[in-house]
Amino acid sequence: MKAINTEHLTKYYGSKRGIVDVSLSVDKGDFFGFIGPNGAGKSTTIRTLLGLICPTSGSASVLGKDIIKDKTRVLASVGYMPSESSFYGTMKVKDLIAFSAKMRGIDCSVEAKKLCERLELDTERRVNELSFGNRKKVSIVCALQHNPELYILDEPTSGLDPLMQREFYAILRERNDNGATVFLSSHVLSEVSRYCKSAAVIREGRILVSDKVEKLGHTGVKRISLRTPAELPEIEGIKDIKRENENINFLYSGDIKALISELGRLPFEDINIADPDLEEVFIHYYAKEDN
Amino acid sequence: MTLFFHELRRNRTSLIIWTSVIAFMLAVCVFIYPEMKGQMSEMTDMFSDMGNFTAAFGMDELNFGEFMGYFGVECGNVLGLGGVLFASILGISALSKEEKDKTAEFLLTHPVSRVKVTVSKLISVIVQIFILNFCVMAVTFLSVAVIGEEADIKTMLLLFFAYFLLQIEIGGITFGISAFLNSGSLAVGFGVGIMAYFINIISNLTEELEFIKYITPFSFTEGGYIVNNRALEWKYILVGAAMLTASLVTGFIKYNRKDIV
Repeated sequence: MKAINTEHLTKYYGSKRGIVDVSLSVDKGDFFGFIGPNGAGKSTTIRTLLGLICPTSGSASVLGKDIIKDKTRVLASVGYMPSESSFYGTMKVKDLIAFSAKMRGIDCSVEAKKLCERLELDTERRVNELSFGNRKKVSIVCALQHNPELYILDEPTSGLDPLMQREFYAILRERNDNGATVFLSSHVLSEVSRYCKSAAVIREGRILVSDKVEKLGHTGVKRISLRTPAELPEIEGIKDIKRENENINFLYSGDIKALISELGRLPFEDINIADPDLEEVFIHYYAKEDN
Repeated sequence: MTLFFHELRRNRTSLIIWTSVIAFMLAVCVFIYPEMKGQMSEMTDMFSDMGNFTAAFGMDELNFGEFMGYFGVECGNVLGLGGVLFASILGISALSKEEKDKTAEFLLTHPVSRVKVTVSKLISVIVQIFILNFCVMAVTFLSVAVIGEEADIKTMLLLFFAYFLLQIEIGGITFGISAFLNSGSLAVGFGVGIMAYFINIISNLTEELEFIKYITPFSFTEGGYIVNNRALEWKYILVGAAMLTASLVTGFIKYNRKDIV
């Protein structure tokens, strides 16, 4: 059984594109990163999975349950953290957390206390007195206190200080090690490459690639750094050329022997050929093809 | 029940303020009656000279010289308008405020169906209207006892019941409308309440326009009819119940399918 499975999921807001033909598969126990530029369709996908918006076409299941027919059961197994947390402002933090647990019909007081202590959250304050970062912590507690099977987190670390980010990921790792699935959307590519086992890239509402993170790094593209006073000849497969004095840096996809043979004619002093790092790969997917 | 009590807690302050203000104003109206009683015959003559204006406010069928006649009009002004404004604010904010304040996302990602959310909120609106009316009625009966007037209990209970139904109708219709809104909507709520009030005034002006009484719940609360007949006009109430049902069903269907963006 998959934690998340979508088939040709499509959402249009009137004539405006949300997501188009999104087919995603997230294994149980995975730590899955969902990345893409602003407006790519990350939040639309997440909101559709949570039943906040109805898909125009296609289908999806979460933990084997249909997101429309079994919406309530899906939500019982999911901990969701939105990118911007809005709560009932006049409530005290402790009352809000208790309200969230009551809405789930379970007593989460022990787990909630532990999480508040780890995140250093003052539960006596009113929500509208909290900073953005502290509201984010409330959101984390509400999403995690019931120990769900699946965590759906939309840009979870924005607004958290680096120490809290580390603590947050430590908690997520513990939960993931205990068998829970984590599905997070993020703009922080280093976060995805550091913590996620699998990732998908979405752009303009469509999934471009979805695979294990280590496989995503093996794109057949090489990052070449060359020190030469000469001009670079026209070679097919070269892109993203950056020149600074005698240092030339570019991406190459194609036959590496042909490239070395061409470069061999240049009076270069040093050369370095490496796989691009994962962030670079993601940025490559982010950027429009015509760029 | 969690959401129901949550709604009551959220609206607690507003409920206390509206209840206190309306109860206080109605009590003032009752307390000044003994002083005004002596001047009532002059006032009744004055009102009878005002033609359509008197009819518009339903004062042509009431005897101001008697407590029930006086109360029938004052009750209409205070509890009618005040209660309707309260009910329209409650109804119109019930669903749309969650979206306006961006709390809908938090609420609706808990394992509770939208139907259950809508029912809990609707019951909370009804209960709050009931609490307001019960408290106002208790304070009014107490005030009447203090001034020592002999009131017709049955007629007073019917008047209070009619105003309760009026507020339920307005609260329910604005509740249904609120499912279609996703931003600030108080003006829409007030608009519905005020429009219903003026439709009733216009319908009282001429018999040709009497049919429009069927579309305003203020027709339930005609003091003249209730005081003189010691009964409610059920033909208007039944049409109102049908309009209320239609509004609620439409609102439920809409909210169940609505995209929360």
